[in-house]
Amino acid sequence: MNHYPLWKYLLIFGSIVLGLVYALPNLYGESPAVQVMPLRIHLKADAALLKRVEEALASAQINAEVLALDATSVKARFSDIDTQGKAKDILQAKLGDDYMVALNLLPRSPQWLVKINALPMYLGLDLRGGVHFLLQVDMKSVLDKSLETATSDFRAALREQNIPYAGVTREGNKLSIRFRDADNRSKGMSELKQRFGGMEFNDSDTSSDFRLTATLKPQEEQAVQKAAVQQNLTTLRNRVNELGVAEPVIQQQGADRIVVQLPGMQDTTRAEGILGRTATLQVRMVEAHLNSDPQVRDYNPEKIEAAKNGMVPAGTELLYSRRDGRDEALLLSKQVVFTGENLTGADASIDSESSGSVVSVKLDAKGGIAMKNASREGIKRRMAVVLVEKGVAEVLTAPTIQSELSNRFQITGMRNTEEANDLALLMRAGALAAPMEIIEKRTVGPSLGADNIARGFDSTKIGFIAVSVFMIVYYLIFGGISVFALGANLLLLVALLSMLQATLTLPGMAGIALTLGMAIDSNVLINERIREELRNGVPPQTAIHVGYDNAFATILDSNITTLIAGIALFMFGSGPIRGFAVVLCLGILTSMFSSVLVSRALVNLIYGRKARLSKVSIG
Amino acid sequence: MELFRFKKDIPFMSYGRLTTTISLLTFILSVFFLATKGLNLGVDFTGGTVMEMHYAQPADINRVRVELTEIGFHDAVAQNFGSSHDVLIQVPAKQNTTGSKLSEEVLAKLRSSDASVEMRRVEFVGPQVGKELFENGAMALLLVSLGIVVYLWIRFEWKFGLAAIIANLHDVVIILGFFAFFQWEFSLSVLAAVLAVLGYSVNESVVVFDRIRENFRKMRKATVPEIIDNAITRTMSRTIITHGSTQLMVTAMLFLGGETLHYFALALTIGILFSIYSSVLVASPLLLMFGVSREDFIKPEKVEAEEVLP
Repeated sequence: MNHYPLWKYLLIFGSIVLGLVYALPNLYGESPAVQVMPLRIHLKADAALLKRVEEALASAQINAEVLALDATSVKARFSDIDTQGKAKDILQAKLGDDYMVALNLLPRSPQWLVKINALPMYLGLDLRGGVHFLLQVDMKSVLDKSLETATSDFRAALREQNIPYAGVTREGNKLSIRFRDADNRSKGMSELKQRFGGMEFNDSDTSSDFRLTATLKPQEEQAVQKAAVQQNLTTLRNRVNELGVAEPVIQQQGADRIVVQLPGMQDTTRAEGILGRTATLQVRMVEAHLNSDPQVRDYNPEKIEAAKNGMVPAGTELLYSRRDGRDEALLLSKQVVFTGENLTGADASIDSESSGSVVSVKLDAKGGIAMKNASREGIKRRMAVVLVEKGVAEVLTAPTIQSELSNRFQITGMRNTEEANDLALLMRAGALAAPMEIIEKRTVGPSLGADNIARGFDSTKIGFIAVSVFMIVYYLIFGGISVFALGANLLLLVALLSMLQATLTLPGMAGIALTLGMAIDSNVLINERIREELRNGVPPQTAIHVGYDNAFATILDSNITTLIAGIALFMFGSGPIRGFAVVLCLGILTSMFSSVLVSRALVNLIYGRKARLSKVSIG
Repeated sequence: MELFRFKKDIPFMSYGRLTTTISLLTFILSVFFLATKGLNLGVDFTGGTVMEMHYAQPADINRVRVELTEIGFHDAVAQNFGSSHDVLIQVPAKQNTTGSKLSEEVLAKLRSSDASVEMRRVEFVGPQVGKELFENGAMALLLVSLGIVVYLWIRFEWKFGLAAIIANLHDVVIILGFFAFFQWEFSLSVLAAVLAVLGYSVNESVVVFDRIRENFRKMRKATVPEIIDNAITRTMSRTIITHGSTQLMVTAMLFLGGETLHYFALALTIGILFSIYSSVLVASPLLLMFGVSREDFIKPEKVEAEEVLP
């Protein structure tokens, strides 16, 4: 009765072999490596890049253990951290700013394992060290901005169609357009409805005037917010590239949050400085300024003086441009020509004609059209580049438009490359669609990460040994079988975690230890049942059979309740806790397999063949 | 080797009154401490900043405190952590402060007096996130409890589900009571441990319940308390051995797992100890109280009239 069909033995044997293979990479550990990734879109990680890296390393007489090309990068593995550091400096110097050279860790496992995709477990930030940020996108400001733009667009549309209106004002989330009579209102309504499909229009009369109110349709509101988060994700990806971190994680979480994880990042101040910039960029026309150069329009000291005394005309704003430590007052239109959203590039370069430092700006199609319109009508006018950081607007520069411009233009007049670099960097930084705030930050230093691994590993090891000794002493051969099953459980769990590349955190390691402690429960249940049957005078073969059968129902019940807890933790947990939940759930599955099937297979192999079994070694 | 061999069933049910009184007392005490002292919620739930600093030489805690006051963090708490070289600094969350920048400020200040200081870990949690983590934790607890009741209801009977969940929530409250009494820090990982204990200690009740069900079928003549006594006595050995094995693992974590896993392991330890107690001495008397009977399992069989003809 204690026989398994051959296929069952093969299945169990096969699973263990597979487990061994996929758990194997974890034994090899990881070596320091350098990863080279192209930063510009037109550059690719290809054989040519591989060759350049190879030559650069050869010229500096640095030996790479492995040099490999994958889809997005070239990776070189080194024997120690010193070589890694040297290699990074040399590669960065040789390849220049077009490539990101990042420090990384690469598994030391042999190539055949890499080929079958057998990788070591993916370690979480608390084990490998690094920074975790949770950023909240300010959705209110996203909607504010889109209503602000709509206000100006309404005015322009009505003016264009010669529909007289008394004013457009914003009241909370509503825009209210006032007309002088019902006729104009209905004309205005049909015109606006046609042009602005994303908004809902209603007429609401008050005693004194004819009004039209406009609100964003809910789906439009969602679309606007979604686009803002997307834009911020893109910007963050670019910014993280600046940081030179290998394998960063930048993901949306929920409707309005973004998670950024930077494994191995040491300089948190720098990371935060670059990510936490909540700046947004706006380009607006200058209405009045104090530059008396006759080549520049809108010289108007009276207006500026009046504005300084609080007489700011409607639709304009008084801002200051800081240069050489002096503030220049500028009266800017509130209407935005284009924003950081439309900016696709800003780079410092040297102009071939004047050989002066310039900033080359690239815009998307929408920005290009807006720029074209604004510059055509605004030749010899000034245009201000405004950076809004945490609600404070600052004019970065206010150059004069020299000709009609399109989606590529240059800002000249930079005194040196440094100034050009700064402006380009600030403009790029302003390409976030909405401000963000860091609402959660977790940093783990690399030494603590290594300590955590050692601690997690030690406690699992000691716990495992203690349980094994006890089981063997207490249940003799059956104890040994249980320990083997427990070992198989550990092996399968590690293999499964490696295969799925689930993130292993410190609570996850605790989960492994806990799962092992709990998995032994099943074997104790079985062994106790067998003992009990034997005590009742049941012959050994039957006792084994009945013991396994009776224990199984109980094992199933008790594991399912733990699984319920694991799933709830996975659903509601975050970060490291989720890691724990994953291990707990997977551990339950592997422990059911190993404590029931693996141990039974062994028992069958040892005792099942003997027709007349008079005694079993179960203590 | 055999540690536990009971010749006779231990009359657990006759102690029912005593054990439920003890449980009730510990429960009330736990609730009392929870109400008066409250949980010492960690930064995960309250929001705020925690920094772990490492010094090359033993750290001068008092100087650290003075320095923190100097830069305006009057409500910051600094204490030794693990060893004399490590200092843990906690700053509660405040409205309108850019919390994420705080750690840089503190590090800069501490570095000015001792350049050897190294930042090992920083956790900043905004108040909003803390609130959400707390709510999610409460949701998870609720969901686990409901899930278990429903499962046991389907698998056994509502009386069992209810008895098990009362017994195990009693464990949870007692763990929380310990954390409140000693003012140990209640963090996300402790919450995870509490939930794991909930799932784990229900195992215990399930094992006993399984036996009770089996006994109802086998021991036709026995009274209900006898059946329960027998079920508990016969699972006793297994109970102690499995909990012992799990505890071996947890103990290893408690001493070797470092500070981060310490409270996690501590919550598990309390949970494991009390789950033995509660499943044996709380869940079963409750079951008796709810009036569990043979009829709950054994549907009266239709007796087919068999005629024997001469």
